[in-house]
Amino acid sequence: MLARDVVDRLEIPFDALGVDPYGASKPHIRVALTALAALYRHYFSVETRGIEHVPARGRAMLVGNHSGGIAIDAAMVIVSCLLEMNPPRLAQGMAEKFIARLPFLGEWATRGGQLPGLPEHAERLLEDDRLLLVFPEGARGTAKLFHERYSLVDFGTGFVRLALKTKTPIVPFAVLGGGEAFPTVLNAYKIGRAFGLPYLPIVAYGVPLPLPAKIEIEYAPPIWFQGTGNEDDEIVFDHVRKVKATIARMLTAAERSRRGENGGAR
Amino acid sequence: MRVLIAGVSGAMGRKLALRLVAEGHEVVGIDRRPWDGAPIEFHDVDVRKRAAEEVFRRTRPHAVVHMATVTSLAVPGEERHRINLGGTRAVFGYSRDYGVEHCIFVSRHTFYGAGPDSPLFHTEDEPPMELNRFPELADLVAADLYAATALWRSPQVATTVLRVCYTLGPSGDGTLARFMRGKRVPISLGFDPLFQFMHEDDVVAALVATLSKRPRGVFNVAGPQPLPLSCVVREAGRIPVHLPELVIAGLLGRFGLPKLPTGALSHVKYAVVVDARAFREATGFAHAYDELATIRSFRAAFPPH
Repeated sequence: MLARDVVDRLEIPFDALGVDPYGASKPHIRVALTALAALYRHYFSVETRGIEHVPARGRAMLVGNHSGGIAIDAAMVIVSCLLEMNPPRLAQGMAEKFIARLPFLGEWATRGGQLPGLPEHAERLLEDDRLLLVFPEGARGTAKLFHERYSLVDFGTGFVRLALKTKTPIVPFAVLGGGEAFPTVLNAYKIGRAFGLPYLPIVAYGVPLPLPAKIEIEYAPPIWFQGTGNEDDEIVFDHVRKVKATIARMLTAAERSRRGENGGAR
Repeated sequence: MRVLIAGVSGAMGRKLALRLVAEGHEVVGIDRRPWDGAPIEFHDVDVRKRAAEEVFRRTRPHAVVHMATVTSLAVPGEERHRINLGGTRAVFGYSRDYGVEHCIFVSRHTFYGAGPDSPLFHTEDEPPMELNRFPELADLVAADLYAATALWRSPQVATTVLRVCYTLGPSGDGTLARFMRGKRVPISLGFDPLFQFMHEDDVVAALVATLSKRPRGVFNVAGPQPLPLSCVVREAGRIPVHLPELVIAGLLGRFGLPKLPTGALSHVKYAVVVDARAFREATGFAHAYDELATIRSFRAAFPPH
């Protein structure tokens, strides 16, 4: 399907100029999707499983692991919801705050519906029945090195409290292959900060572009937690552990079959 | 109802006065700026002076709309401070002393400041941010916060502080309209913030709704959804010129561009967008002009040349 048709079928209240109240813009999404759909289909040959678990309408929260030193994982998850869902949905991520400071990047993120990662934005989008994309590992997750690529770092807990407060189902997902596509050997924190980035991921082959590794995305059935969002930390930690365990299980299973497919090679 | 408008000679003050007169209200206006042929009782006095108090004492207005603030950054800081803070204190003092039932302070949505970390859709409980970057805004922020203290200092006066977004319309008045007067409008390269604006007639309607419902408290006032600055500029028939921030800073005050302090540049890089839900619920206000109709009304009055 062409990017134009996909964007025209989005159930988002765009105005006559194709802009939604948060500044997401149809023309911008169309351009970005045309480019990213080619990467999705041909470069990373993304395989998406379980897309039927993402609710067709209403508020929902996609919660998954970070895979790869740059935001390929988020981009491919967003594209999977646009290309594989019918009608398509725009997953709206909570972008790292440094992005808003950078020329062009900040502008394109907002036009693509990717707002700076503030709790206010997350809550507002959910109350507006949007599809929120959350990486509870945060920037520590993208900083994973090549040998850590199938591991999970600590999860934040804010997403569970928000899901409880806004009565939002959580759809856990796992992304694999971002670590192979962007095999970070070292994160240069000082150099990164000089450019206004949290760190600069360095790859062994020097050029900071991703390799054409196969990426897999798997969605699990939605989890509903009952509550108000004002629960004790212990209860929230339990919920977080449950989500994290679901993601870890999908990662382990997919990693195993991936090794099998590659004849045992890593 | 007898309504006193402080700062009546501005574009918005005149529109409000005419609308109130048309609705059968009695309007008293105060301003140092002239209004020739004003169809209201007009007093050329300074709100901070004794003569203004005399107007309050003699006319005993039921409601006061205070819009005698200076937003223009061309006015020197000390003078702005005196007018914006001294004037606000005086208006609220007279209102308390002369039995005014309802006092409205017209503030600006730029109160919240524009920065990369600030959320879209500010709510009224948020403190002003980014003052360090744009200290020239300090007097307006202080006047806004000071006006709100009337809520506990003079509980007998219903006080409403309105943080109104940019206005646009046929008068060509206001920060955004003046920024777009020329054929070419500079935009900071790589930044295209959302701009929130409403038609000037809708601002008047919002003020009228406030006068009739008398809600106490601080409210954001906005109409249709915001748009990226480049969209606004293009729909207004202007040509957006994308220039690096440093170049724009160097051009300010030349080639017909307004002379602005560099802190103002954050307002063309980052969005200031407010959530006006509380105001709509308190007053039942609904805008009549959507974002496109608003831009077109400005374009028709100021065609690109």
